[in-house]
Amino acid sequence: MSFESNEKAEGYWRENLRLVLSLLAVWAFVSFGCGILLVDVLNEIHFMGFKLGFWFAQQGSMYVFVALIFVYVAKANALDKKYDVHED
Amino acid sequence: MDVQTLTYLIVGVTFALYIGIAIWSRAGSTKEFYVAGGGVPPVMNGMATAADWMSAASFISLAGIVSFTGYDGSVYLMGWTGGYVLLALCMAPYLRKFGKFTVPDFIGDRYYSQAARTVAVVCAIFICFTYIAGQMRGVGVVFSRFLEVDVETGVYIGMAVVFFYAVLGGMKGITYTQVAQYCVLIFAFMVPAIFISVMMTGHVLPQIGFGAELIDAAGNGTGVYLLDKLDGLSAELGFSQYTEGSKSMIDVFFITGALMFGTAGLPHVIVRFFTVPKVKDARVSAGWALVFIAIMYTTIPALAAFSRVNMIETINGPESTGVAYETAPEWIKNWEKTGLITWDDKNSDGNMYYAKGPESEMKIDRDIMVLATPEIANLPAWVIALVAAGGLAAALSTSAGLLLVISTSVSHDLLKKNLMPDISDKKELMFARIAAALGIVMAGYFGINPPGFVAAVVAIAFGLAASSLFPAIIMGIFSRTINKEGAIAGMVIGLAFTASYIIYFKFVNVADNNPDNWFLGISPEGIGMLGMVINFAVAFAVSKVTAAVPQNVVDMVEGIRFPKGAGEAHDH
Repeated sequence: MSFESNEKAEGYWRENLRLVLSLLAVWAFVSFGCGILLVDVLNEIHFMGFKLGFWFAQQGSMYVFVALIFVYVAKANALDKKYDVHED
Repeated sequence: MDVQTLTYLIVGVTFALYIGIAIWSRAGSTKEFYVAGGGVPPVMNGMATAADWMSAASFISLAGIVSFTGYDGSVYLMGWTGGYVLLALCMAPYLRKFGKFTVPDFIGDRYYSQAARTVAVVCAIFICFTYIAGQMRGVGVVFSRFLEVDVETGVYIGMAVVFFYAVLGGMKGITYTQVAQYCVLIFAFMVPAIFISVMMTGHVLPQIGFGAELIDAAGNGTGVYLLDKLDGLSAELGFSQYTEGSKSMIDVFFITGALMFGTAGLPHVIVRFFTVPKVKDARVSAGWALVFIAIMYTTIPALAAFSRVNMIETINGPESTGVAYETAPEWIKNWEKTGLITWDDKNSDGNMYYAKGPESEMKIDRDIMVLATPEIANLPAWVIALVAAGGLAAALSTSAGLLLVISTSVSHDLLKKNLMPDISDKKELMFARIAAALGIVMAGYFGINPPGFVAAVVAIAFGLAASSLFPAIIMGIFSRTINKEGAIAGMVIGLAFTASYIIYFKFVNVADNNPDNWFLGISPEGIGMLGMVINFAVAFAVSKVTAAVPQNVVDMVEGIRFPKGAGEAHDH
């Protein structure tokens, strides 16, 4: 076991799950939410020459996806350091 | 120089480049590739993953599909990018820590069972074969246009080229060749898109031009937004509104889901994350892959909208009454030779007219949109030649990646680890070649007798991946209680449910393939998401009533959950 104690191991995994789940919530919100379920409501709003729902479906969701992965990488690496389980 | 000569020249130069790289990188790096630890830097790995990922279907067909279906095409855009978030957050780091070479290895070890491994191998092979079947059609379309032959002959030529390419060393130096192929394909894709964006809206970035005002020939704003114009044209010709589409919301939801979860379950994509040196690199490498993919995927819908307006105006004229066939531009006649555009002068007025419904005189195959775009917009001949080279780069990089997984799965996972454990290396290699050849022949068959559009065929592979491998891998990482009985039952039932639904509507009873007969209105393309839910449910239920997971496996699961101590990936 690389953790000092079982509590630490549990703590690391809990924090990791919280991070992943909160990012996945954003992931689902921009794609399934804004791009699909709420598309008709958002299409009432105009954004540059786009209807907003359509923009989320064909542009916005993809920009958010890219950002989510890099946020995850930064936070997960920080979490590894905090619990001292990073690679050398 | 004419288009033909330029095409030979540019395609020839890029092919020479790929083969050169394959030969150069073969010398020292065969082992490094298989034992991954050798260290492909994350940015390079991301680029190679992107090339592997962006198939002929993405390059050639996707803009065409978005162009013809408008909002409905979003399922592919969100689905094929969203899956990378799942890969980066839920799979890549843990599978890298696990540290073996193939997906069936993980499933076999995690579920401590040869049977689970066999089921996973069968799923992986099934998925790769389906996926590669979508590729040859794309190659055939490219060859048919630029060699001026029909699509069938184009497919035969494509089969021969891919076969030679795969045997010649594409297998070995594959990662670095794919980096070169990414550069060729993205350049080839962006150049015409930027040209058209500047011509139509005055914006260099197609992503901005997509939401901008159209400009006239003199470069002055017309006050009409591209998308409003497109909605207007669609309504006028009897199509549904471009920005609203015609699929039901539930179907869009399920197809997007099937594509996302399927992406995260595709064996040839997952394998990529075994090839980086560290867990940290596996995380960021998925990020880079998505950056490189998103460059193209955010351009696709813009290009789709530009070419739709262009195409309709060329055929129907500014008054929307039709343009005389006599005066039709060169590209229409060029594509008629391939059989992908047909004109039938129903009212004998000598004019072409495009619309929805019986009065339409034009039949236009969606697969030609990207290839024809530079011609439609009157771009210089070298741009047209470049696009051909880009399409081929996309098809070759994906085919090579898939053939690699097919031959490893058959020769290594299936034969060596399962059916004939004492097979010699030489024989193993022979079976690997036979599997690759079989893959190409099957792909060729489906290229000539396509069961749908290129992207639709590929979509089926995603349904199968979503309903079989994805849940097994996720539960293997995030649950300590799912046991081998549960995992096997889940995979078998998920796959059987999804496959039979698809086969029923796509092959057995094609006449019934419409929303009225679909279960809850979910099309065969989207059913994989439901198959995934069934897989999860079955696995949980069966695990509850069967023996607990052994302690050594629980320890293994706990061990892959943090990065420290990840050694080099090893080949068993």
